[in-house]
Amino acid sequence: METQTIKLQDTAVEATQRITGKEAIIKCLLAEGVDTLYGYPGGAIMPVYDELYKYREQLHHVLTRHEQGATHAAQGYARVSGRVGVAIATSGPGATNLITGIADAQIDSTPMVCITGQVASHLLGSDAFQETDIIGISTPVTKWNHQITRASEIPEVMAKAFYIAKSGRPGPVLIDITKDAQFEEFDFAYKKCTAVRSYKPVPKLDPDAVQAAADLINSAKRPMIVWGQGVILGKAEEEFKAVVEKSGVPAAWTILGVSAIPTDHPLNVGMVGMHGNYGPNILTNECDVLIAIGMRFDDRVTGNLETYAKQAKVIHFEIDPAEVNKNVNADVAVLGDSKESLAALLPLLEKKEHTDWHNRFKEMYQIEYDKIIKNDIKPEKEGLTMGEVLEGINEVSKGEAVIVSDVGQHQMIACRYAKFNKSKSNVTSGGLGTMGFALPAAIGAKMGAPERPVVAIIGDGGYQMTIQELGTIFQTKVPVKIVVLNNDFLGMVRQWQQLFFDRRYASTELINPDFVAIAKGYFIDAKRVTKRDELEGAIAEMMAAEGPYFLEVKVEKEDNVFPMIPTGASVSDIRLE
Amino acid sequence: MSETKTYTVSIYTENNIGLLNRISAIFQRRKINIESLNTSISEIEGVSRFTIVINLTEERMKKIIGQLEKQVEVIRAFYHTDEETIFLETCLFKIKSDLLFEERQIQNIIKESNARIVTVNKEFFVLEKAGRRSEIELLYRELSAFGIMQFVRSGRIAVTKDEMKISTLLKEFAE
Repeated sequence: METQTIKLQDTAVEATQRITGKEAIIKCLLAEGVDTLYGYPGGAIMPVYDELYKYREQLHHVLTRHEQGATHAAQGYARVSGRVGVAIATSGPGATNLITGIADAQIDSTPMVCITGQVASHLLGSDAFQETDIIGISTPVTKWNHQITRASEIPEVMAKAFYIAKSGRPGPVLIDITKDAQFEEFDFAYKKCTAVRSYKPVPKLDPDAVQAAADLINSAKRPMIVWGQGVILGKAEEEFKAVVEKSGVPAAWTILGVSAIPTDHPLNVGMVGMHGNYGPNILTNECDVLIAIGMRFDDRVTGNLETYAKQAKVIHFEIDPAEVNKNVNADVAVLGDSKESLAALLPLLEKKEHTDWHNRFKEMYQIEYDKIIKNDIKPEKEGLTMGEVLEGINEVSKGEAVIVSDVGQHQMIACRYAKFNKSKSNVTSGGLGTMGFALPAAIGAKMGAPERPVVAIIGDGGYQMTIQELGTIFQTKVPVKIVVLNNDFLGMVRQWQQLFFDRRYASTELINPDFVAIAKGYFIDAKRVTKRDELEGAIAEMMAAEGPYFLEVKVEKEDNVFPMIPTGASVSDIRLE
Repeated sequence: MSETKTYTVSIYTENNIGLLNRISAIFQRRKINIESLNTSISEIEGVSRFTIVINLTEERMKKIIGQLEKQVEVIRAFYHTDEETIFLETCLFKIKSDLLFEERQIQNIIKESNARIVTVNKEFFVLEKAGRRSEIELLYRELSAFGIMQFVRSGRIAVTKDEMKISTLLKEFAE
């Protein structure tokens, strides 16, 4: 996963030094090229914080306002930089507060190392103050976890943690370190981990499978690609683009795959899934070969599996063998790293155009544009829409911004309408659907890609789940742009209540505070927009601001996101209204 | 849907604390009952072996194998039907010693069941029986009539008729 060569990596400590466990942890982080970590101090991790104080020039610790925020910030950092995000917390509640972010990173394959303090080893199991079995609790949501009770274990375990987090299909690793191990002295030497006996991160590519895939693609009349985050995680954007262009196959994306090729690429036909585009959803059930690349056929993508692409031969390019035939059976499975697999596929492909088939997507897009998109991004009604806000941001960002979205209606709108020119530009909580993700993730994203504008798009519900991270923004002055699309509702749940629960709006209406006053309370420049003629100017002001900026847009209260595949329906039963 | 079968899952793993939890969580999350579970060393030094019995369709069984093998510390997981393995369970009965001398029938039961007396003292004797579940259940029913002080049965242990090729795999991992 590491894209940048950090000087510190090359200075991996070889000579043995007698140091404490707490200092060893810092040296391990530096040896792994960590420059930023997110966390919150407390009793059981205080020794490490003491070292962080000493090493503050080399290692930037960001104090979030809640440990959950630390994990999401680490995720945001990892997702835009392609490096391992690091979060640190104390034992007990500090550790349990990490769990949501860890689960999010697990389901969205985000490389992250979490370090938790633990009570002294002689107190383990005694119900000591702030003791919790974080290894037991985190097991189902980590790629790997381990408890350290002796300082001498630190170098090897930390090296393994980083290796496991970033290799193969990435994921979160949790390392729990008892307080006595932090104080213990030992002879420290660090060696990077390059292999673990029982762990094979990347399956060996089978040339026959690649050939079989190429044959199917070459003979297909109506082929369609659905790509996911595997293209981005595998750094396979160039290979992917070349495959798409040579084969002429229309390519659609999952919400974690978006931005691997630019939004405006002529063969990019949009998003699949519940609120995806009309064409790729309908045509999933008309294509003759479905080429899945680095995606896992999530139920939000497939709708009813019984009626999903039954007419098509399925080719699945995938790094994780457990994903093959899990939800959709593959006629050809190409196991391996996406970069390697696609590079092997490219020379075997015939140059094709598929013009008529591609025109079908264009026709479908026109239907969707007339019925939905036009009214979303260029509305004529009085109330403001979420779509026009995104369109306004596109006009200023020109597709160069990192868009960090939370979960709900605004997320679907952001993913549908945000323009992307660069990879690793869409940061959102896809698999877990974690409300409260965006604000802290945006902090990490901006620190992971400081040269890029970072815009968080958040609903009024999710915003209030981690609103305290405004304190982190204020303290670090990290120049993130925060847009709250406020409809005074938990909009997506309200939409479902309207459509499937006969408009019984149970606990979805929010009586909201003065968000602008709150932002100003944290000394963050802030503005509220309630009318269309104020919008363009406000977005321009926000994007031009040097520091952090908060923009609240009061949008139509009861707008719905369409198209929509109702839960359990077929992708081809996608509704336009 | 295909039919449910009894499968013996053999998992070769590193010997690390917490792995049992990680493996059982895979079943628990999918609400799959573990019929029996045994852990032991394996034929390879430093490699542990889990033997787990579950009832499942083959389609789900394959997916579970994928989830097991995905774990960092799992070297390899296999599943087999009863026909493909040699398997048995073992059990211990603790019974009052008086009965051994007073009830001639008990001696016949022991002889016919191929059970073995592990120890005898003044108060009790311990009987060990290894075999198929049905044999153990039969013995249990027969001895119940006389009173069983304690009973315990192990999880299934099994070896496969086919080769497992773990050593070759470990070499591949090492490469």
